[in-house]
Amino acid sequence: MNPFSSGTRLRDMIRAIRACKTAAEERAVVRKECASIRAAVSDNDNDYRHRNLAKLMFIHMLGYPTHFGQMECLKLIAAPGFPEKRIGYLGLMLLLDERQEVLMLVTNSLKQDLNHTNQYIVGLALCALGNICSAEMARDLAPEVERLLQFRDPNVRKKAALCSIRIVKKVPDLVENFVNPVASLLKEKHHGVLLTAMQLCADLCILSEEALEYFKKRCTEGLVKVLKDAVNSPYAPEYDISGIADPFLQIRLLRLLRILGHGDADASDCMNDVLAQVATKTESNKNAGNAILYECVETILSIEDSGGLRVLAINILGRFLSNRDNNIRYVALNMLMKAISVDGQAVQRHRATILECVKDSDASIRKRALELVYLLVNESNVKPLTKELIDYLEVSDQDFKGDLTARICSIVEKLSPDKLWYIDQMLKVLCEAGNYVKDEVWHALIVVITNASNLHGYTVRSLYRAIQTSVDQEAVVRVAVWCIGEYGDLLMNNTGMLDLEEPITVTESDAVDVIELAIKRHTSDLTTRAMCLIALLKLSSRFPSSSQRIKDIVTQSKGSLLLELQQRSIEFDSIIEKHQNLRAALVERMPVLDEATYSGRRSGSVPAAVSTSQGNALHLPNGVAKMADAPLLDLLDLSVDEPAAPNSSGGNFLQDLLGADISSSSSQSGKIQAQKSGTDVLLDLLSTGSAPAQNGSSTPDIFSISQDNKTSISALDSLSSPMVPPVQASPITGGSPMDLLDGFGPNPPVPKDNGPAHPPIVAFESSSLKIIFNFSKEPESPQTTLIEANFTNKSSEVYTDFIFQAAVPKFLQLHLEPASGNTLPSSSSGSITQKLRVTNNQHGKKSIMMRIRISYKLNGKDMLEEGQISNIPRDL
Amino acid sequence: MIRAVIVMNDQGKPRLVKFYEHQPVEKQQEIIRSIYGVLCSRAENVSNFVQADSTFGPDTRLVYKTFATLYFIVIFDDSENELAILDLMQVFVETLDKCFSNVCELDIVFNFNKVHTILDEIILGGQVIEMSSSEVVKAVDGISWLEKNPNSIIRVPKSISGWQGR
Repeated sequence: MNPFSSGTRLRDMIRAIRACKTAAEERAVVRKECASIRAAVSDNDNDYRHRNLAKLMFIHMLGYPTHFGQMECLKLIAAPGFPEKRIGYLGLMLLLDERQEVLMLVTNSLKQDLNHTNQYIVGLALCALGNICSAEMARDLAPEVERLLQFRDPNVRKKAALCSIRIVKKVPDLVENFVNPVASLLKEKHHGVLLTAMQLCADLCILSEEALEYFKKRCTEGLVKVLKDAVNSPYAPEYDISGIADPFLQIRLLRLLRILGHGDADASDCMNDVLAQVATKTESNKNAGNAILYECVETILSIEDSGGLRVLAINILGRFLSNRDNNIRYVALNMLMKAISVDGQAVQRHRATILECVKDSDASIRKRALELVYLLVNESNVKPLTKELIDYLEVSDQDFKGDLTARICSIVEKLSPDKLWYIDQMLKVLCEAGNYVKDEVWHALIVVITNASNLHGYTVRSLYRAIQTSVDQEAVVRVAVWCIGEYGDLLMNNTGMLDLEEPITVTESDAVDVIELAIKRHTSDLTTRAMCLIALLKLSSRFPSSSQRIKDIVTQSKGSLLLELQQRSIEFDSIIEKHQNLRAALVERMPVLDEATYSGRRSGSVPAAVSTSQGNALHLPNGVAKMADAPLLDLLDLSVDEPAAPNSSGGNFLQDLLGADISSSSSQSGKIQAQKSGTDVLLDLLSTGSAPAQNGSSTPDIFSISQDNKTSISALDSLSSPMVPPVQASPITGGSPMDLLDGFGPNPPVPKDNGPAHPPIVAFESSSLKIIFNFSKEPESPQTTLIEANFTNKSSEVYTDFIFQAAVPKFLQLHLEPASGNTLPSSSSGSITQKLRVTNNQHGKKSIMMRIRISYKLNGKDMLEEGQISNIPRDL
Repeated sequence: MIRAVIVMNDQGKPRLVKFYEHQPVEKQQEIIRSIYGVLCSRAENVSNFVQADSTFGPDTRLVYKTFATLYFIVIFDDSENELAILDLMQVFVETLDKCFSNVCELDIVFNFNKVHTILDEIILGGQVIEMSSSEVVKAVDGISWLEKNPNSIIRVPKSISGWQGR
């Protein structure tokens, strides 16, 4: 006897495992049990084999490897006793890992057991075969199973029928062998046998066209009669589920009829009556009854057309929608989605009920109902449906608003009958849920607004009203700011009044107030503030009397820590102050944006143009007019052009909106495309993204201008020096902004490589060790930071076995590359470098931090240093 | 067909795991964990259906029902009727109740192989065999009787087998 097999009982093992407080304890118990079982296996222990296998099944359920038990199953199955066989087959079904050799070995035992005189042993074998049968086994054992379909005991017949399903699925050639036996099984009275026979029949029909034809002709009528009997049958207690006579049998019948009736007018005709009976007679106050009705509806929708029945079916679904049980509503919505393609009109009649489901308390039902409504919307009902949805938007759950707004916007964009309605609906959505709206949506709205020239006045006044009440919705603020900037003058004098509109009195300073409020609001983000600055610049020209006040507001952003704002503010201030003569032309209205190009780009049919892929170039959603013939073409050119991977949509569009020239550049990556050459000094005015780098035509041009430092305009040009990452808030050259404007030479062209440079930091320093982090970014993923850690040894002894470890909070993902070595020479005479790749899921919100541990050996003694690094700049 | 039947408690400990298509043991544990993650975050007043496409492929659904401390979970594809599966779970639990008289979690833990036997009499290879709990109990009783009287294998008494001569 081996020392382990003193053997705990199964019950004791389960108790021991349950008593474990930690996963480690559990693993220890399991390990011990497995060791003793393995020992028993190698001793070929007979006494405890089935107990050991039962233990292994429990261990398997907990997720531990148990492959060594497979051969034990075979031994138990081959044993003569019933208890051994039972555990053996159970183990076989659970532990088997589809290894062919095990399956081959078991085939013979199965064959013997299928021929056993005891029906329980036959039942065990059938059950196992039905669960694990492979194609080879199917071929070998099909004759046995086929014979068992006529066994005296009904329990064996039903198991044989289900086992046959697995066999024909594994080897479809065998279908024909089963067709005749199934046809006779379908005449059985025993409910269980009938149930399984119908499942087998359905699978035969799916697998073989011939079988389907055969059963259509021979069995449809019989099945219809069985269903008729089931519907009208007196109370049969043993198959009753909550008062409904054998619902599962009826469901299987309906399913089989569906397969037989699909695409066959005669068969469908034959079953119409009984389907109508099921649909009208079944009680719908119990789940079982509803299950039958549900199946019946699906059958009616799948078989050949009979208009009356379909309406009946869809009405049943309509009733389901007002059922109090969530499950019923859920399945009804799923089914209605299928029904739309069959009979859209009938589904439309239940629109009101479906709309109610959009307001359901169950999120999964809301979601489905919303999808369904989306499918139901058409030109004729778009107005009332949209109104309902927008009304609901006011009261809906926060986490549903995103989905809901996306659908509403999509409906409005797809089906709006006219521009006025479109603008009205979008404004309502923006006011209610502007924070959930995607950028493309309000971009598209602006495109529509610019195209609707007769509505400019109306729109800007509506937006003026909207922004008063919905100042916390970012998207509405942006659109309002943009429109007030463009059409502010229409605000004053009620130009282009529509009949339905009430006149409002707005003064110039009211309009400026709105923008001032938006730029100063602490929640406004960079884009909004940048848009505000441009709107102010435009207004300064539209409202000459408010010019001084506007200048004051613009000036306040000069000290902004955000470079983009600071730069714009300085530039605009200078325009307002010094370039009155240019201003009017600079800030003319935007040309009409081409809707077709935009929508084409959104749908991706136009190859996306180059986008700002530097990660630091800002989208500046506003712009000034192109002057027709002056070479101001690149004015406000913000695009830092680089041949980037085609970018989907929205971002590109923005640059169009700016009137920015998106030049597809072919320059080498890393070099910034210079501006188009031109002679006017204004050419590069305000251009934030260009550097005079490597472009034959423009380089001399810019240099020649910059030598002429007497004009401030050319000095302005110097601002168009390479884009410094706005996140790096340091002043561009350390001087005051005005200095910059008034006569600095151009910054030398700085060749840029991947993204902005970040200064290295000393991440950790102790008396013996110093760690420096060098940062770099991958341009396409702002969330990811590459850190090169540089370790130096400050002591006079050599460190060996140097290991650096780091741990990060959950919002970060850290990947450590292997270090360049593990020996660190003394006195800073050498270093080890190691690369870290950190992905920050909360990029922009939280900065990278980590806890570190460094272990090394100093003269053979283990040393350990620990620390925390939290001084990594936030923008990484 | 039914793809899997899982019983787990409200701490996510599996109590019965039966897959009708082969899944390696690591994958099984992963599925159990992900299902538990979904279920324990579901609100109370919501439907019992969950879309299971991510783990089991397109058009698979998961139905769950809670009984005391246990989640009963059935995963199946579009050839089954969701509402009927709810009834099937009811039948399964009723049968357990009859076999263990007032079933509780501990009965299932300590008699998991009997629970497997019961399940095998209800579902075979992913297809439903029997929806009448009294029929299932009869079959299970027959098996238990044979377990205790292994020598009677040749002459099974008439009282427990559902003889139906043909």
